[in-house]
Amino acid sequence: MASLDRVKVLVLGDSGVGKSSLVHLLCQNQVLGNPSWTVGCSVDVRVHDYKEGTPEEKTYYIELWDVGGSVGSASSVKSTRAVFYNSVNGIIFVHDLTNKKSSQNLRRWSLEALNRDLVPTGVLVTNGDYDQEQFADNQIPLLVIGTKLDQIHETKRHEVLTRTAFLAEDFNPEEINLDCTNPRYLAAGSSNAVKLSRFFDKIPGFPDRKRFGAGTLKSLHYD
Amino acid sequence: MSFLIDSSIMITSQILFFGFGWLFFMRQLFKDYEIRQYVVQVIFSVTFAFSCTMFELIIFEILGVLNSSSRYFHWKMNLCVILLILVFMVPFYIGYFIVSNIRLLHKQRLLFSCLLWLTFMYFFWKLGDPFPILSPKHEQLISRVGVIGVTLMALLSGFGAVNCPYTYMSYFLRNVTDTDILALERRLLQTMDMIISKKKRMAMARRTMFQKGEVHNKPSGFWGMIKSVTTSASGSENLTLIQQEVDALEELSRQLFLETADLYATKERIEYSKTFKGKYFNFLGYFFSIYCVWKIFMATINIVFDRVGKTDPVTRGIEITVNYLGIQFDVKFWSQHISFILVGIIIVTSIRGLLITLTKFFYAISSSKSSNVIVLLLAQIMGMYFVSSVLLIRMSMPLEYRTIITEVLGELQFNFYHRWFDVIFLVSALSSILFLYLAHKQAPEKQMAP
Repeated sequence: MASLDRVKVLVLGDSGVGKSSLVHLLCQNQVLGNPSWTVGCSVDVRVHDYKEGTPEEKTYYIELWDVGGSVGSASSVKSTRAVFYNSVNGIIFVHDLTNKKSSQNLRRWSLEALNRDLVPTGVLVTNGDYDQEQFADNQIPLLVIGTKLDQIHETKRHEVLTRTAFLAEDFNPEEINLDCTNPRYLAAGSSNAVKLSRFFDKIPGFPDRKRFGAGTLKSLHYD
Repeated sequence: MSFLIDSSIMITSQILFFGFGWLFFMRQLFKDYEIRQYVVQVIFSVTFAFSCTMFELIIFEILGVLNSSSRYFHWKMNLCVILLILVFMVPFYIGYFIVSNIRLLHKQRLLFSCLLWLTFMYFFWKLGDPFPILSPKHEQLISRVGVIGVTLMALLSGFGAVNCPYTYMSYFLRNVTDTDILALERRLLQTMDMIISKKKRMAMARRTMFQKGEVHNKPSGFWGMIKSVTTSASGSENLTLIQQEVDALEELSRQLFLETADLYATKERIEYSKTFKGKYFNFLGYFFSIYCVWKIFMATINIVFDRVGKTDPVTRGIEITVNYLGIQFDVKFWSQHISFILVGIIIVTSIRGLLITLTKFFYAISSSKSSNVIVLLLAQIMGMYFVSSVLLIRMSMPLEYRTIITEVLGELQFNFYHRWFDVIFLVSALSSILFLYLAHKQAPEKQMAP
């Protein structure tokens, strides 16, 4: 069992979308019985089999950092949150399928997390504008998860599932839609579980990173 | 004929107020949530519209706009509608939305919300017993609503009077340096690291237990059974121990996070206080603290000497200028205009202050599940607040304008309300001072602890 340098994945999203339930499901394969408001940041660890099923299979720990709060928080809270965004290897964006605003806010969440390095001072300053060029050289793999699928009626599903299409222009993230109170959505072998594994495998930090690279100028060498 | 014109003016203004409430709801309160139940928005805007209409009628009274009988009619109608909303509709819908959130009672929502409403009515009625309320007419309702509203007003005003100088003045700002913040952040990250390493151990232990458990499912004889008992027992004991340590560390990380956020907020305030605006507010803060002390003093005197001011500030001001300063001017004309300005300022600042406070409160405590209930609670508070403002504003107006309020509201013990306001204001201001003092003392001690 190799313990590599940290593999850190952020879980971001609006208040009340189900991040804590999701993280609990991913790490402990159990449904969270009594979800309560997350203050600050709660961390959990998932044991991940890198390249499962191949001869090069290795087991790693993936830290899932579930950062609480909303995009509209006071700037002091945002500055405090910024300390968690250091050296991040992957980001999972969570939105609530029953709440349109939470999908729209994903844009602001991505600004907050990904633009962090551009600001020299400790105080976050964003004017909310969405500049596509800033994301051109982003190498951090992204995943978008929509929760509370069970509360969406069958007929409305199509309309709801196309809500996050706007993110595809800039990031091309993977997408999963599920219900955090039902473990069967992530059962081994299901398409969701496969997407999840593929996402974790994309994280730089594992050897032979170049094979999964996004074709950018920068490339990391891990020998 | 003139009645029709007057009514159309009133209705137009009501529609305007309704639109303003609608926009406020959409843009300010609910800007992070999706509005799924339009009923809530309608109720909020309607409450706001009718409350503002009452203030508008007072202004019309002073200025002498519109026919006097149509004014009286509209007063009565407005009052009836607002009482209907505050006592019947809003509490019922609050009960309905609370019940909708609970999954078990989903089927019989209406029944349970009616039950909740009946409980509310019972306590609402009981509230009137210890207070001097006389005649058994519809004044019963107004007096109860008035009592609740006046209590709320006094609590908010007492807290506001103390908190305002505390936040404006930079004398109370603690000194925060960047090194303090960095040190705290480092502690926070260290705590997170400790949590992570413990969770890694737990995850690995769970995984090995899971794998071993599979092996032991096959019957492997006597020794196998003994081994499985001892290993799994120690494994799960270990887990519970580590879990307890993790819980303690998580609590610590939450505390550190909140302290760091607090430090960042203080640092921003320090930077703000160095700007021009900040200095201006600092100066205002000194001014307000003197005003606050004076108000507390006056409230104590009113209670101790058992007096309620008979004349309003406008008439007294005019008396002083005429008698002591010897300036002669047309009293009637000026008293009308000055009281209009004074009452207008009071109304505008109280509406604005209330809306800002409500918005802050809403952001602080609401979540996506409870947003409907909280907004309705705020609408209820707003309605009661405005009704009691009307009661109390009577004291700021010259005698000739008070008659309409006395007529419309009937036989209420107005003096009682003022006395009650003074008592609650005093209690609220003194406890806020105590509370802020304790909070202020406690904060630097926390920072110095290793």
